[in-house]
Amino acid sequence: MAAATPTMPAVQAFTITLNIRRFQPEVDQEARWQSFDVEVYSTDRVLDALHKIKWEQDGTLSFRRSCAHGICGSDAMRINGRNRLACKTLIKDLDITQPIYVEAIKGLPLEKDLIVDMEPFFAAFREVKPFLIANSKPEKGKERIQSIANREIFDDTTKCILCAACTTSCPVFWTDGQYFGPAAIVAAHRFIFDSRDDAAKVRLDILNDKEGVWRCRTTFNCTDACPRGIQVTQAIAEVKQAVLRGRR
Amino acid sequence: MSVASAKRAAKSTTRPGGTLYRGHEGMWSWVLHRITGVAIFFFLLVHILDTAVVRISPEAYNAVISSYQNPLMGIGEIGLVGAIVFHALNGLRIIAIDYWRKGVKYQRPMFWTVIGVWVVLMAAFIPRQIIVIISEVQG
Repeated sequence: MAAATPTMPAVQAFTITLNIRRFQPEVDQEARWQSFDVEVYSTDRVLDALHKIKWEQDGTLSFRRSCAHGICGSDAMRINGRNRLACKTLIKDLDITQPIYVEAIKGLPLEKDLIVDMEPFFAAFREVKPFLIANSKPEKGKERIQSIANREIFDDTTKCILCAACTTSCPVFWTDGQYFGPAAIVAAHRFIFDSRDDAAKVRLDILNDKEGVWRCRTTFNCTDACPRGIQVTQAIAEVKQAVLRGRR
Repeated sequence: MSVASAKRAAKSTTRPGGTLYRGHEGMWSWVLHRITGVAIFFFLLVHILDTAVVRISPEAYNAVISSYQNPLMGIGEIGLVGAIVFHALNGLRIIAIDYWRKGVKYQRPMFWTVIGVWVVLMAAFIPRQIIVIISEVQG
């Protein structure tokens, strides 16, 4: 039966260098770069390389990850100068002849290594009231009905996983932490344009603020950074237009 | 210290402040818009001041303006026109992004259109300005 069991072609392994921006609050005054050589397969992701380092070389390396499949939104980090999810970034898509630079997302307080304090990010999210506010009750025993066309209007912004890759790619947010940021505006968009919701006006008032949608300078970094492919800048533009109209 | 650890130590000192964010056309157009905007602001500040000199005396105004007639200022004027043309064209692009329904979708081609028109306008302006500079030098 030897002929019937062809051996799988061996997956190519190679050694790559990761430059990781470390910060150990117990010993470091400020962040420093540390270099690691790690053997990976071409099918591996940056997250796998980080795991290998943590498990085999340096257990003090700290980063967040949960599902590891691009859904939980825990492992957003800046990889080679761009915000990406470590679990969705394949090693083979990066230039491995050069060291791969990995650092924490920018604009939120750095806590340790690749971990930042997400609380200001979630505070902005909560402020836009990211939940359904309906004044009417649905018919007894029935659900709230919505046409396919009406659902389509905000379909894009339902995909957000709150990883903060967009907000921390925004040059305005880096220098002005008071800015709501792209993610909070995306969350607001999801309900502002929901035909079942009755509080669009409230959210538009919240975002018609010095630190609201008008802080957006259309750099499109957020759209590029979003691991879910949300057209973030488009969503912000639609909210700007809705503010000008005074309704959705 | 081994060679490897020496190499490592050398590496660890690179890019102390973190890497530069590698944004695309949108980010760089914004950076250029900021830089040209600030540069134009300072030009206007000086320009208002030198024009205000005419209230002291017309002769003083003429003296200030004639001091601008040298090659260095001539080259500076190329930079000034370049900054204003970019700021104006990219300003139109930003207005399109904000007010045109498809503006966001076409922001990238619009950026390269801005660059293209800028190159054409500067290609028309620079040779003429060089002639002016040369004639100033020759008196």
